[in-house]
Parts: sequence; C-alpha cells; structure tokens
Amino acid sequence: MANKIIGILEQREGKLKKTSFEVFSVINNLAKQLNLESEAIVIGNEIDNLSELSKYGISKLVHFKNEQLNNYSSSAYKELISDYAKEVSAEILIFPNSSFGKDLAPLVGVRLNAGLLIDCIHLEVTSGELIATRPIYAGKALMDAKLLSPVKIVTIRPNVFKPTLIENTNNLEIVTKEINSPNLKTRTIEFKKSEGKLDVAEADIIVSGGRGLKGPENFYLVENLAEALGGAVGASRAAVDAGWRPHREQVGQTGKTVSPSLYVACGISGAIQHLAGMSSSKYIVAINKDKDAPIFSVADFGIAGDVFDVLPVLTEEIKKLKS
Amino acid sequence: MKIAVCVSHVPDTATKIKVGPDERTIDPAGVTYIINPYDEFAVEEALKTKEKFNCEVIAISVGSDSSKETIRKALAMGVDKGVLLKDDNPRDSFAVAKALADEIKNQGCDLVFMGKQSVDYDNSIVGQLTAELLDYSCVTVVVDFKIENDKIIAESEIEGGKEVVETQLPSIITTQKGLNEPRYASLKGIMAAKKKVIEEKPAVSSENLTEILKLKNPPAKQPGRILGTDSSAVPELVKLLREEAKIL
Repeated sequence: MANKIIGILEQREGKLKKTSFEVFSVINNLAKQLNLESEAIVIGNEIDNLSELSKYGISKLVHFKNEQLNNYSSSAYKELISDYAKEVSAEILIFPNSSFGKDLAPLVGVRLNAGLLIDCIHLEVTSGELIATRPIYAGKALMDAKLLSPVKIVTIRPNVFKPTLIENTNNLEIVTKEINSPNLKTRTIEFKKSEGKLDVAEADIIVSGGRGLKGPENFYLVENLAEALGGAVGASRAAVDAGWRPHREQVGQTGKTVSPSLYVACGISGAIQHLAGMSSSKYIVAINKDKDAPIFSVADFGIAGDVFDVLPVLTEEIKKLKS
Repeated sequence: MKIAVCVSHVPDTATKIKVGPDERTIDPAGVTYIINPYDEFAVEEALKTKEKFNCEVIAISVGSDSSKETIRKALAMGVDKGVLLKDDNPRDSFAVAKALADEIKNQGCDLVFMGKQSVDYDNSIVGQLTAELLDYSCVTVVVDFKIENDKIIAESEIEGGKEVVETQLPSIITTQKGLNEPRYASLKGIMAAKKKVIEEKPAVSSENLTEILKLKNPPAKQPGRILGTDSSAVPELVKLLREEAKIL
C-alpha cells in the first residue's frame, strides 16, 4: 500500500472553509506525482455536505466527531491529527495557511518530528522531491526550499491553489470516529465576530484606502466600492496608525500579506511595506493624485486622479454593470 | 512566576531586500536591523505582567553578536536581564525553537511572550514549536491577554473575528499589533540597560529540518497603464477589468 498524503480541512460552525477545497486540489496533485494515497481529515461535530466532496476527487475522509470539538481546541486537534498520522504512517501533511493552520501545523510538527514549510505559493516535484516556493520578507523575496525530515508538513497560502472539480468521481469513503474525552486544556470558549463582512485575508477582491482619504469619515467611499465589487475593505499602515481603521484591515509587512484576484488601492502612495504585502495580487488598480507615487509601479491600471472624484463614479459604473 | 520574552533581530521593514550573490542569503549592504516589530508588543506585555505580579523578566535571543543590540533595546524598555544564545550559522524555525526551549527550561520560566512572527522569514511558528517542545500551552496572534491564578484568557485574532481562548500556565503567548502600546525606552532606561547583564552562551546544537535551495527576487512587475487623471477614465478602467482581467 502506498504511503499517505493527508489534507487537514478547516470548518467553522459546521461549514467547510474555502481553503479546505484548495487543500483537496493540492493533495490530489501531489499524490499523483509522488505516488501517494490521499486522504482528508476534518474535526468537528455535524459538518454540512461531506458526502458531496467526492466531486473534488477525494476517496477517503476521516471525521473526528465530538460536539465539544466544533470550536477549535489546539490541544485536542493536535493530538487527534498526530496520532492518526502516526497510525497510518503519513508522509506529507497539508494544512491551509489560515490562522487555524498556522496555529496547529507546528504543534503537529513537533509531535511528528516533521519539518515545516509555511505559506507556500508554489509546489512542485523534482526528481521525486517536493520543492516549495514561499515568500519571505512579506514578499520582497522568494525562497525555494525542501524538507529534510521523513515526515513533511506544508501550509498553503489561501487563494493561490484553485480548487478543481473531477469529472469521474470515485466513491467517497467517510470514516466517522466518535471521540470520547478530547483534551480541552486549550480551547475556544467564544467567537467574537468582527463587524466587517469579509476579512482581507480571505477575500478575492480587496479595496484599500490610505492617507489620501483625508480622514476616517471619508472611508465610506472605499466601503461603497468594496460592497459594489463584493470585496473586503483594507487599509494602509498610515490609515491604521492614525486610528482611522482597525488593525485587522491593515495590508502590508506588519499587517496582512494578500494575493487576491483584484486589489484596488485608493489614496495609497505605496510605501515599501505596503507594496510587499499586496504586489502578488493578480490585478492591481491604483487611484492616486500623485502620478509619481510608487503604487503606480506595481499597478496594472491606474488613474492619476482625486479619489473623491473617481471613487463615486467607479462605484456607480460597477453597480450598473452588476444590476 | 518567571517570565521570558523572546526577541529577534531583523531587517527594518523600510529596507529594500536584495538577494546576495550566494543566492542563499540576502545582501547585507545598506540593511539596518531593528527589534522585530511584533516582539515589541511581547516586551510590553511581559513588563505589564511583571508590574502586576512583581516577577523577573528575561529577554532571550538566538543569533550572532549583533542580536545584542535588540536584547539591549528590551533591557532599556525595562526587562531585567538578557541571554544571547549564540549561533553564527543560520537556523530554521525548528532549530531556533529547540534553542529557546532549552533556555526557557534552564531559566525555569513558566510564562513566555514572543512576537507572532518575525518579519524576516515570516514563518510564524517558533512560538508554537517552542511550546510543544516544552509541553507548554500556546495561544497565538494574541490581541488581549488576562491571567488569574494559573488560568489564562487570551483573545486570538483570526479571519473574521477573535477567538477567546482559555488555557493554563505554563504557556507561550505570541503577540499581535493591537495588544498594547509598547512604551518608549526612557533615557534613564537606556542608561540602566548599559549596566544590565547579557549572558552569552552557545545555543544548544540542533539540525535544521529545512534546506534553502535558492532565494530570488520576485519577478518585476511591468508598470501598468495610467488611463487618465480624473473620473472620465472610469469607463475605460471598467472595460479593462471586464475584458482583460475578466473580473467583473
């Protein structure tokens, strides 16, 4: 029997997160190239639509089930995953590089004596070896690296590996393991939802505002465009440090590093810390009065004009197009 | 209670990063180094906790002699003493965590703060690795921290909100912007720091589990098109987004 590659899925409130589907496509791809058998693990209580996962090419899913495990508990999750990985002699484990994956993967790593490559944006197999590319210095440089340990752990950046649907679906075997007394030493007792609808770390479209907005009272211009596009609101460090926006919206080296399909920078000049955090976005639009601002050096399309003039018109045009 | 705060000496975030000729390290020319920005929140939280419980705080760093600058910065903010775990060779996160875990155990620290990630290699895993090596509990990306008796309640920032996490000492907390406002080192603090002890010892030996094959600069982006200087350029922008970027 072939060795295993295991994908760790993430659920919140019984629903699989989008990153879980990205994990599927990575484990399927690597399983083929490395001649491994792929499996997925999910931990929680009741989880929606598990039987539909066969269309993502998954043939086996192990569901560790207990109502106390619906909320994340690092102490319980790390034990379940590492014990199972040992039991089936897993060779590679793939986690999403979300808050959940980043918290959990290293704990499992110590228990399996596995090296870790974090936040990978490209994976390939060369002469039977897994080579990963990952950004460092918030994207100012890239690193190619490999793991030297027998068991290997990789976390993948959200929004980079696209989920793929498989036409000829296999039968999906779901193994449910009821867990009796999970180790709840470290556990989530409450989730405080933030007001914003979408988080910049997860969004496929981001509209960010900077000092050019002149004050927090004008951010409705950014919010309106984000809403019209179905995207999340981001902010530059200047806007966050001035207290105009919460830190969770900050994009850049001391905020979040993002790679959405579309990034719209409004009134952001493009300090090096900001460019590092967003220049790997697929398409970048910049709107800024100063035509010499560094943001235009990474933008695909730019308007060297006033955000107060451009944003309302752009928002209206997008709304018209979508209606 | 005895507190450790782990600090890392990293290139300033305003620095341009150029890959060196060996393609394994960055070109040190023109790079200035600072205390890792997230570690400043760790130092502040350690000092706040010290003020409440009247206990000792030790700053620990793994690296070469130059890391003493960053330890000195923590001392100037009010940390009691420093330990430099010396290693001139590059270590991966696992090897750094092994050195830290060894010293935290030697010192008998039961509460440890460190930044949620260092802004050089951006791994964001040293805290968790160190905790698991020591069998300590761990809460990451913390923006609110309370401790009562041996019980910890910490808020961890995640996508779309905050998880309120409950756990117990001994514990490692990794700190995020928003947790506190790090104090400035006063002149008195800077003078006092010069007299504080930085103990130097070799970092416990450990093998790297990762191998860097190559560093490269990201592909340069072609500068794009400036479509106009006011809202009259909006229709063309929308057309490009729809037809070229296929986004709308």
